[in-house]
Order: sequence, then structure tokens, then C-alpha cells
Amino acid sequence: MSSFPPDLRYTPDHEWLKPAGSSWRVGITQFAVDQLGDITLVDLPKEGDLITKGQRFGTIESVKSVSDLYAPVSGKVTAVNAELKDAPELVNTEPYVKGWMIELQPTEKAELDELLSGDAYTKHVAAQ
Amino acid sequence: MERRKTPLWDLHRSLGARLIDFGGWDMPVQYTAGTIKEHKAVRESVGLFDVSHMGEAYLRGPRVREAIDRLTTNAVASAPIGKAVYTLLCLPSGGVVDDCIFYKRAEDEFFVIVNASNTTKDLAWFREQTRGLCDVVDVSDETALIAVQGPKAVALVDALANGTLAGLTSFTFAEAEIAGVKCIAARTGYTGEDGFELACPNADAPRVWSALLEAATPLGGLPVGLGARDTLRLESKLPLYGNDLDEDHTPLEAGLGWAVKLDNRDFIGASVLRGQKAEGVTRQLAGFRIAEDVRAIARHGYPVVDRAASPPVIGTVTSGGPGIVVGGAIGLAYVPVAQAAAGTQLTIDCRGKDVPATVVSGKFYKRKTS
Repeated sequence: MSSFPPDLRYTPDHEWLKPAGSSWRVGITQFAVDQLGDITLVDLPKEGDLITKGQRFGTIESVKSVSDLYAPVSGKVTAVNAELKDAPELVNTEPYVKGWMIELQPTEKAELDELLSGDAYTKHVAAQ
Repeated sequence: MERRKTPLWDLHRSLGARLIDFGGWDMPVQYTAGTIKEHKAVRESVGLFDVSHMGEAYLRGPRVREAIDRLTTNAVASAPIGKAVYTLLCLPSGGVVDDCIFYKRAEDEFFVIVNASNTTKDLAWFREQTRGLCDVVDVSDETALIAVQGPKAVALVDALANGTLAGLTSFTFAEAEIAGVKCIAARTGYTGEDGFELACPNADAPRVWSALLEAATPLGGLPVGLGARDTLRLESKLPLYGNDLDEDHTPLEAGLGWAVKLDNRDFIGASVLRGQKAEGVTRQLAGFRIAEDVRAIARHGYPVVDRAASPPVIGTVTSGGPGIVVGGAIGLAYVPVAQAAAGTQLTIDCRGKDVPATVVSGKFYKRKTS
């Protein structure tokens, strides 16, 4: 099983988070990308939208299936990766860099403590 | 339960395939290139498919033509020797048992290839419906099947067969030696491209596959998984049993009237189909497109709705996905005949969002004929 960047935080739903100023950048992991196959559409919220942990904030359409994106923590959307509109394949090719999806300003700081470390996420994936 | 493996399973693993459960078989859904590149390789060059999970059988005997005439909607029994014929198998209700291709080898011998998911059902159906008229010999477990598809497929296979196959016309077959292996080579496929489907004994399949792959790679060819097999067949509007065809819909409703020959024939289901043809069908499988800027994909099972009607659900999407070469999203849906004409605007409920779609006639993708 592959390992995951140690400097990121993760959710059991295969999303990653990384600090970006006062916000956190959110994307999906290589494991999720491998499961989905080629991604053809990414539907994301708008800047300024408020989202709640565990609720659907977007969808990913791959060639063969549609999947929901669930908010890793509650917060306000401070940035959206507009490049994905015309180049959804960036999620396949660079899931941790150009394939990021949104930036969130967390409203419930305690939720950040529940995120998984790289090691913990690697174990979570190995158990799947 | 352990998944079944084709004789090419080890080769798929070494090629980096992602394997999934497909009707109890451990099959490649994609290789390292991914579904989109695999799809484009078939449209632009050549792709190799392991379809050894499909079922194969021989039907033999002096009265085999009577038996086959009873089973098939298309004119299989009376076809010339050497011809491959696409046909439906129907229930007395006109519902579809399966779609398959029969190969007429002699007046008293036919070969048939059926869908993997229906092999057990079909073999039982053949035996039940042809009792006393012919022998049914199931060779599924010892037969491998490799499809070679794309604009460069014919020249590639022909070269490996020492120039014996280029003269084979569409929907005909011949015995051939490919990379030193005796195969049945048929000029057929399920991608909308030209090419061959090659049947050979399991033990010889890795040799054939490796020779094909070695010849295909310098041409930009790729091994292709079931993911692209599905997007390719949908773009060419070829129906998939279990999605677009089933026991509850007839071939006429599915738009396959061209494969139903009713004149002076009495196959199973013929009387219902004759009535349906005379009166006209009430629902029909329609192809639809969703424009690129709508940014939505309608998939299997999504309802087709008319918000002014009560109840609002007027049909169901049976297949749908991205149009990889044709753009936007494409799909097939059973809708009332009044909504099935080209240009009709449909509304599809895509997970709670009403999405506009337009009915289109014919294939979404048509290959360039050279």
C-alpha cells in the first residue's frame, strides 16, 4: 500500500487538508483518485458558501460513477479551484497540488483535532 | 467466493490493471493509462480486450437449423456458411433472454458467443428449447476470447495471420493461425470500430495476447479494460444486456427491429413481436445528449420526468456516461414513443437536479470510413 504525504491531514472519507494562511486547502487523496478512475466533472460550491462538517459540498463525476464530496470540517469557503472546471483531470494527475478543490476557513476549530495524521490515514486505508 | 480468472489474468496483473468483480470474474476495469486514454486509443489506433469471460457453445446435429430457427429473432439458420449473425433470443412474451452472435460453421454446426452474465441462463435455455433437435456443447471454460478493435486493428491482425484475414468482410469469420495459434477469427466487435474477435483455447491465449500487444504498442495501441469497453459501445449506441436489454423489454422497443425477421417465421416470441410491429410500440429506447455546458451526466436508473405530468416519471435512463470522443454526456433511455423522436427535449432527474437532454437518432459516434 502506498503512503501519503506526512505534512497533510486526512479524513476517513479520503480527503486531505493542508493549512493555507488562515484557511485550509481541501482535496482528495491518491487512494480516492485510484478508486474513481478518470474524473470528468467536478462540481464545487461558491466562494462565501458556508458548509457543515459531514454534509455534501460537491460532487465528482468519473467516467463510471458519481461520488459526493463531504465537508471535512465546518467553515466558510474562501477559495475554489476554478481550473478544475475545464481541467478536471488535474485531480487525477496532481491530487495534492493542482487538483485541490476548495479552501475553507474553519468555524469549529475543535473539528481540526479530529483529522488523521498521514500515518493514521495510511493505516485506515490499509484496513479497507 | 473466489472470483474466476481468465487465462490472461497474470498478464493483466503485470500490465498494472485494476481488477474488479464483474459477474463473479476478476476482470480489468482499466490499465495504467486509464479509461479515457484507452477509449481514445481504440478510436485512433487499436485496443486489445480480454473478453474471455464471455460464454461460448457449439450447437450441432442434423436438425440444428430447426432448433436455431426457433431460438433466434434474426435469420441465423438460413445464413450462408461463414457468416456471423447478431440476434436476440426472446421469451414467449417477446422479452429478451440475451443478445448474441451465432457463427454458421456448417449446415449442421453453429458456434455462439453469449454475454458472460447470461452464460448459465442461455445454456439452460438452449438445452430446454432445442431438446431432441441438436447437441449443445458448452466450451466456455476452455475458450479464451480476445477482441482487437480500432482503425489499425485489421492490418495488425492480418499481419500476424500471414495476410490471410484482410479479405474477411464484416460479420464473417474464418479459421486462422495467429502467432502460430489456431483461432476462430471473426470480423466483429463491440466498439463501433473495425476489428476482429479471436477465439482460441485457454492455454494458447497468452501467446496470442502477447503477440498482439507487441505489435500494437508501437502503433500507440493499448490494452483496454471494461470501463472503456462500456464507453465505446455506448458512443456507438450498441445495447448492453442488463442495462438496455432485459426480459421486460422487446427488441422492437429497444430499436433492434433490423435484427427481427418475422416473415414466414415462428421463433419463440414471434407472435407478440408481430402484434407489436402491427400496432406499433408504446415505449422506445431513445438516445439522448446532454450539452457540454450543462455539466451533468445522466446514469443508469435516473428517471426521465415531465414535471407537468402526473405522475411525473415518464421513463428511465438505462445507460449513460460522458461522451469521451463526442463531448458532453450521452445515454439511452426508455421513453414513451411520443418523446422518442429526434430533437425532442427531455428532462432527466440527475440526483435531484432537473437536467435538459435532447433526443438524437442514430449513433453518437460514427467511424470514418476510409
